[in-house]
Amino acid sequence: MTYTYNNVYIKDKYTIAGMYEKDGPLGKYFDKTYNSDLYMNKFSWEKAEIGLLREAIDKLLKRQKLKNSDIDLIISGDLSNQIAVSNYAIRGTNIPFLGVYNACATIAEAIIVAATFIDSKKIKNAIVATSSHNMSAEKQFRNPTEYGSFKKKSATFTATGSASMLLSCNKTNLKIESSTIGKICDLSLSDVNNMGAAMAPAAAETIYQHLTSLGRDSSYYDLIVTGDLGKYGKKILIKYLKTKYNLDISSNYDDAGTMLYDTNKQPVLAGGSGPVCSALVSFAYLLNNEKFKKILIVPTGALFSPTMLFQKETIPSIAHAISVEVVK
Amino acid sequence: MKVDDYKKIVDEYTPKENVLKNAIISFVAGGMLGVFSEFLLRVYCLWLDLPRKESGVLVILSLIVLASILTALGVFDVLVNKFKCGLIIPITGFAHSMTSSALEYKNEGLISGIGSNIFKLAGNVILYGVVSVYIFGVVRLLIFGG
Repeated sequence: MTYTYNNVYIKDKYTIAGMYEKDGPLGKYFDKTYNSDLYMNKFSWEKAEIGLLREAIDKLLKRQKLKNSDIDLIISGDLSNQIAVSNYAIRGTNIPFLGVYNACATIAEAIIVAATFIDSKKIKNAIVATSSHNMSAEKQFRNPTEYGSFKKKSATFTATGSASMLLSCNKTNLKIESSTIGKICDLSLSDVNNMGAAMAPAAAETIYQHLTSLGRDSSYYDLIVTGDLGKYGKKILIKYLKTKYNLDISSNYDDAGTMLYDTNKQPVLAGGSGPVCSALVSFAYLLNNEKFKKILIVPTGALFSPTMLFQKETIPSIAHAISVEVVK
Repeated sequence: MKVDDYKKIVDEYTPKENVLKNAIISFVAGGMLGVFSEFLLRVYCLWLDLPRKESGVLVILSLIVLASILTALGVFDVLVNKFKCGLIIPITGFAHSMTSSALEYKNEGLISGIGSNIFKLAGNVILYGVVSVYIFGVVRLLIFGG
């Protein structure tokens, strides 16, 4: 399912990051960072995340000098149960709202839905947003956050932050050129400490699908960037594409999870994860970088729930591709 | 791609955990904790003039308090990363699991938060501890007559 768009442009974007992301190699590119602890002056981690998401949306509107009533649609999602963070963050904005969930690929789903609405001229503009919070995600998916348990080297570290993007039908220099909606892929892995391996085939299939349906070579893009496979998942993806499709993307491929942090110095094991991981890297860094004129962003999501894994299920995963081009 | 073929690729690129090294670290760290406990035991015997058995209870209480305070200060999970299961298997791990659960759910209130969740991890130890004590007690009764 690959679509090309004629009139979907990125008007502006706003990113907020926590202290670990600030200390990473991309720290200086974020619009705002929090230095203090992860409570961010709020009562709980969940409320801190709600605050982050709302702030990203409010600051974006403020910078663009837009009123809430100027926005036709807002699409948002996150990792919390019932996507509660998005629901509470957008409460009170009085903007039509769609909540979406694709785990860490949520931002891609949001962009695809918004782009399709705009391209079909049903709406003029839309905000897409997502967030994640290291502590609220750990609390939900793993043990209590203060509980010290052994973590494998292949485990990832949920990024803290929020990101929002204003899409519009009015021309700017950044165009959402095309997108590919991925299929759920499950190769029977069930280790939550190695989600990069669980998600790599989904990303590989989506990348292959995208390139073949548009008749493109992987070198068409200045950079192909996956969401949060981590340093080991990254190698697995390259090997998978080479073995199955004889496609070599190693020269222009990277993973947002390994770009967000210095994986050798920071305590993040295999790299970053979470819906905001790919959003922070691509919104704050890649889309502002003149080096990259054509980028394929492929956020990856592990669509499991702890309950299903306890019932001996495996990890289904998904990836969607979004091609962004710099136009004159 | 077949599941087995893919698993081969995954195994090739996933780093191996050094089980032996972790086990040795746990063994030594757990042993050091034992030495520390014995030291405390002697000290309590000597200073408080307590019999060995009662001094042992005081040692357990001290370890629980120490582990809980270190958990609340956010230090214990860092120590576990260094010393592995050497700190989790002894009573310190039990105290740590309860304190960390209590901290985690304090925002949801005393009943639906702390009360409902404090045994989230420790419940395992209590349930299966009681069950195995019962089984071994019966075995001991049948074989040794009590």
